[in-house]
Amino acid sequence: MKHVIAVVISTLVLLPAAVPASVRVFSCEPEWASLVTELAGERADVFTATTPRQDPHYIQARPSLIAQLRNADLLVCTGAGLEAGWLPVLLRRAGNPRVQPGTERYIQAADHVPMLDVPQRLDRSEGDIHAEGNPHIQLDPRNIARVAKVVAERLAVIEPDHSDYYRSRLEDFQQRWQAAMQHWEQRAAPLRDMPIVVHHPSWTYFNHWLGLRQIATLEPRPGVAPGSRHLSQLLATLQETPALAVIRAPYQDAQASQWLASRTSIAMIEMPFTVGGNAQASDLFGLFEASIDLLLDAQR
Amino acid sequence: MNQCFKSGLAAVALSAFSLAEAGTAAFSNAFNPALSVILQGSVNSYSRDPDAYALPGFQLGGEAGPVPEGFTLDESEITASANVDHLFYAETTIGLHEDEDGTEVEIEQAFVQPLQLPVGLGGRFGRFYSGVGYLNRFHSHAWDFHDEPLVYRAFLGAQYRDDGVRLSWTAPSDLYVMLGGETLAGNRFPAGQSQSVTGEVQTLFAKIGGDVGMSHAWQAGISGLFADARDREGGGHGHGDADGAASAFSGDSDLLIAEVLWKWAPDGNPRQRNLILQGEYFYREERGDVMFAEAGNEALLDYDGEQQGWYAQVVYQFMPYWRAGVRYDWLESDNRLRISDPGGFTDPDEVLEESGFSDADGNPERWSLMLDWTPSEFSRVRAQYNRDESLPGVTDNQWSLQYIMSLGSHGAHEF
Repeated sequence: MKHVIAVVISTLVLLPAAVPASVRVFSCEPEWASLVTELAGERADVFTATTPRQDPHYIQARPSLIAQLRNADLLVCTGAGLEAGWLPVLLRRAGNPRVQPGTERYIQAADHVPMLDVPQRLDRSEGDIHAEGNPHIQLDPRNIARVAKVVAERLAVIEPDHSDYYRSRLEDFQQRWQAAMQHWEQRAAPLRDMPIVVHHPSWTYFNHWLGLRQIATLEPRPGVAPGSRHLSQLLATLQETPALAVIRAPYQDAQASQWLASRTSIAMIEMPFTVGGNAQASDLFGLFEASIDLLLDAQR
Repeated sequence: MNQCFKSGLAAVALSAFSLAEAGTAAFSNAFNPALSVILQGSVNSYSRDPDAYALPGFQLGGEAGPVPEGFTLDESEITASANVDHLFYAETTIGLHEDEDGTEVEIEQAFVQPLQLPVGLGGRFGRFYSGVGYLNRFHSHAWDFHDEPLVYRAFLGAQYRDDGVRLSWTAPSDLYVMLGGETLAGNRFPAGQSQSVTGEVQTLFAKIGGDVGMSHAWQAGISGLFADARDREGGGHGHGDADGAASAFSGDSDLLIAEVLWKWAPDGNPRQRNLILQGEYFYREERGDVMFAEAGNEALLDYDGEQQGWYAQVVYQFMPYWRAGVRYDWLESDNRLRISDPGGFTDPDEVLEESGFSDADGNPERWSLMLDWTPSEFSRVRAQYNRDESLPGVTDNQWSLQYIMSLGSHGAHEF
C-alpha cells in the first residue's frame, strides 16, 4: 500500500516535469489534430477529444477530457456552436487559464472561414440549427488552408524561438495543399451537379467547393432522426428527381440509408467525414482523396 | 508558387472578412448573459397520503419529501450565466415554486468562479450546490428520475446548497484527479443556523475518473460533509405530524459519501444506445441534543445516531430518444435516544416516537421504474412508478408523469 501511495504521489508531482518541452494541443475533432500535426510535427503533443465514430455535437464532458484540457497549451476546435454542449463545461472545470476564450491559445476554426447556411431565422422548431451557420467547415480544403495559417501563427506566438520552424512548415504545407487541391478539383470535375442525398447537412462545404447538388436530407430537420413518414415522402421525391448516392458519416446510423438504398438504385456510401473516418483517410490529404474516390465510384 | 501566393492572399482577405462578420453575426454570446428557462411540471398519484410522508429514524429537512398529488408545477427555473469579464464567470438560478402560502421565489444558486487561477486550481464563491456526492451538484431537471434518491432525501434535505467558498485542484495527470473542499455558512439542512464567520459546514471531496477503451467512461469519488448543527428543524414537504410538534437538533453531524458512475456507449457514441450505472453510499454519525416541543412543553433528548443508506440505478437508452431505468433505495438507522429532561411531558414513549428520531422497525426501501422520451436536447417527458416503503412494511404505490422543457441557451452535457 505504501508503495502504491508513493507511486501515485510521485506520478502527480513529477508528471509536469516529465512532459517534453513541446506544445500540448487539445483538439476537439480529428481534422484539427491532423492539421496541427502537419504544421508542428514533433513539436506538438496532440490529443483528440473525439473520434470519427462520435458525433461532435453529442459529447459529454468526461473526466478524461477534463484531465487533458487541464494540461493543454493550445486548443483547436471547430466552434460555430458545434461543441456548445461540452467545451464550455470542460473549460470551466479544467482550471486552465491558458486556453480560455479570448486568448490567442483558443482557436475556433469557424471564426476564420466564411460560413454557409447562416440562418435568417432562429427557431428551435427547425431542429438543431446553429446561429453562426453550418459548423461542418472542414470538408472544403480552402477552409483548411485558412485555418492552417491561423494555427501556424498561434504556434509561433506560443514558441517564439521556433517561429521560423513554424513558418517554413506552414509554407511547405500550403504548397503541398495547393497542389493537392488542384489535383482534387481536376479529378472531381465529373462530380459537378451530381445529385446526392445526405443524412445530415454535413457536406455543405464540400458541395459548395465541388458543386455537388444536395437534393434532400434523411433527417427531416437537422439533428432529428429520420422517421418513416419523412422517408416515404423522400422516396416519392426521389422517384421524380433521382439521386446517385446517399451519404452519411461513420457516426450516423446506417438504418435510414439502408432503407432508402434497398428501395432505390441509389448507392449507399459511408463517407470518412473526418480524418480516420476510413482506412484511406489517415490524414487530411487522405480524407479528401478518399471522399472523392467514393463519390466517383458511385457515379460509375 | 504564384498560385500559392494568390490563394494565400485570398485566404487572408477572407479571414479578415469573416472576422469582421463575426462581430455582427448572432453568436451565442451575443445574448450576454446566456439565458435559459426550465419549465417542469407533473401529475402524481399516491396510494398513501403524501402529506403524512415520513422516513422513520431520519429528521426530514430542506425540500425533502414527495411532490404534491395531482397536477403540479414542480419548479420553474431561470438561469443566467456569462463571463463577467476576463477574471470571473458568474451564474445564477432563480427558482419559482408554489406552496400553500403562495409563490415562492428563491435564489437557488448565485455564484462566481474565477477564470485565471493557475496550476489547475478552481474556485467558486456565493451560493451553490455543494460538490459532495455525485448527484448533489445537478439541478433536479438533470436527474434521471423524477425524485431524489432516498439517501439524498434523508441525509441532505433532497439536495444541499449553501453560501460559502469552494477551492478545488485538478491534477496534471492523464487520469482525472480532482480534490476539493468547501466552507459553507450552514444555514441549511443538515446544519441549522450559521453562528460563526467561518461557517458551520466544511466539506472535502476527491474524485477520479477516466476512460476504458473507446466505449466506457467512469468516475468515482469520496466526500465528507462535517456540519455543526444549531437548532436544526425538520421542515420537509411531508410533515410527519400536523399538531404543531417540532424537534430541533443541535450537535455534530458528520456524513461520508462514496460514489461510482459508469457509462457505456458503443464507440463512445451515445446517440443510438447507451447505458449509465450509478450508485452512492452514505454513512452519517450525529451526536447532540434534540429539543422536542409540543403544546407549550419542551423536552430535551440525548441523541446519538448512526445511519447509512445507498441507492443504485441503471438507465439504458435502448433506441434513439427512449430510455428506461430502474433504481433501488435502502436506508438504515441505528439511533440511541434518551430523555434527559422530560420538561412537562408525562409519556416518555410518546416523546421518543413523535420526535421523529426513533428508529424504524426494519429498513425504509424503495423500487423505482422509469421510462422517458427525449425528442430533442430541449425537451423530455417521463413516466415513473415507485414502490415506496419509506415506512417499512407499508407500501405506497406512487405514479408520476413529468415534463421538462428547456428554453433558451444550449444545456451542458455534464458527465
